[in-house]
Amino acid sequence: MSSVIAIIRRDLLLAMRRKSEVLTALFFFIIVVSLFPLGIGPESALLRKIAPGVIWVAALLATMLGLARLFAPDHADGTLEQMVLSPTPLGLLVTGKIVAHWITTGLPLVLLAPVLGIQFDLDAGALGILVLALLLGTPLLSLIGAIGAALTLGVRGGGVLLSLLVLPLYVPALIFGAGAVESHISGLGAGGHLSLLAALLALAVFFAPWATTAALRIALE
Amino acid sequence: MLTATGLSCVRGERRLFAGLDLAVGPGEWLHVQGENGAGKTSLLRILATLSPPAEGEIRWHNETVESLAEDYRRAMLFLGHHGAVKEELTPLENLTLAAQLDGATLDAATALQALERFGLRGREDLAVRFLSAGQKRRVLLARLAVRKASLWILDEPFTALDVKAVAMLSGLIEEHLAEGGMAILTSHQSMPLPNGKVLSI
Repeated sequence: MSSVIAIIRRDLLLAMRRKSEVLTALFFFIIVVSLFPLGIGPESALLRKIAPGVIWVAALLATMLGLARLFAPDHADGTLEQMVLSPTPLGLLVTGKIVAHWITTGLPLVLLAPVLGIQFDLDAGALGILVLALLLGTPLLSLIGAIGAALTLGVRGGGVLLSLLVLPLYVPALIFGAGAVESHISGLGAGGHLSLLAALLALAVFFAPWATTAALRIALE
Repeated sequence: MLTATGLSCVRGERRLFAGLDLAVGPGEWLHVQGENGAGKTSLLRILATLSPPAEGEIRWHNETVESLAEDYRRAMLFLGHHGAVKEELTPLENLTLAAQLDGATLDAATALQALERFGLRGREDLAVRFLSAGQKRRVLLARLAVRKASLWILDEPFTALDVKAVAMLSGLIEEHLAEGGMAILTSHQSMPLPNGKVLSI
């Protein structure tokens, strides 16, 4: 367990030392979400309708930005080899890295979303559901993304391939995440969507580190 | 005691080596020699269990390394071409975090002592990217000194080191062998160490 905490600490420390990478993804999220109200104009009914979709799509794309860098630096400087050879199981270390990725990219999105949601005239209840859906959904994005990042490790032009590979897998998260806010606004209640999102997350927590580990071993052979 | 029998390695369409046998006992070291591209690094990666051999098996104290898994990885230390050193972190952070990832704890005093031994005193709080190539290698060598492992697998450990650092590393390996450790390394230089065997591929 101490090695998992060590790798989370190490990755957070590295993120602190190269802040620009984390901040780029955040500003991308803020700007993309803010462009829509500016482009569409002050029609609050329309804005309320598109808000969940826009925020979720922007969150997917912002997560994608840093994904290629999840394992690439470790691969390039040989740290990944040392992780594979460490007495600590690789699956645990990979889980630690995914947690660190979520803290640096997913968590800031969750915290920013309610502020950005105000631009779309969402009420407090809808903002609450949005935060809750993102809180369940962004770890899912990090987990699925890690599989893609591991599969495309060391592949030339891996960045584009990564998007093609991962974005379709993000579709369920997008549907249930955006759907939760929409159904709350239309008065149907968000419980069903949130439960499905939580179920997907539970599945990914179990499956994604294992798949990522297998992909990393292949990449290193 | 590390033994390997009938090892062969295939890269793409090419067979790099086949039917390779080797044995390294306590206090012994093996010098792997060969031309560029002969498969020295591939052999070392196979011995480190980073890639599986096409044929043959590797045994550590008479048990296959696959069955030992974590126990073998704990007893073995592999240093490859790449530094495995994080450029953004300081030498001290690199050492302590590398130890923690291995599930060990390393107190700052021991880490500082190792860095001092390799002439990095006064640079322990400087990000590694400000160090020269040779100094980066020295950070790595400090790792050899603090990590407890009985088998060292070193790929070109003398690259980018100055005369003084080469002597330090030779001394370190000699110490390791005297304590009953084992070492397998590739190098284009001749090594003035006792109990050496040469394996040419």
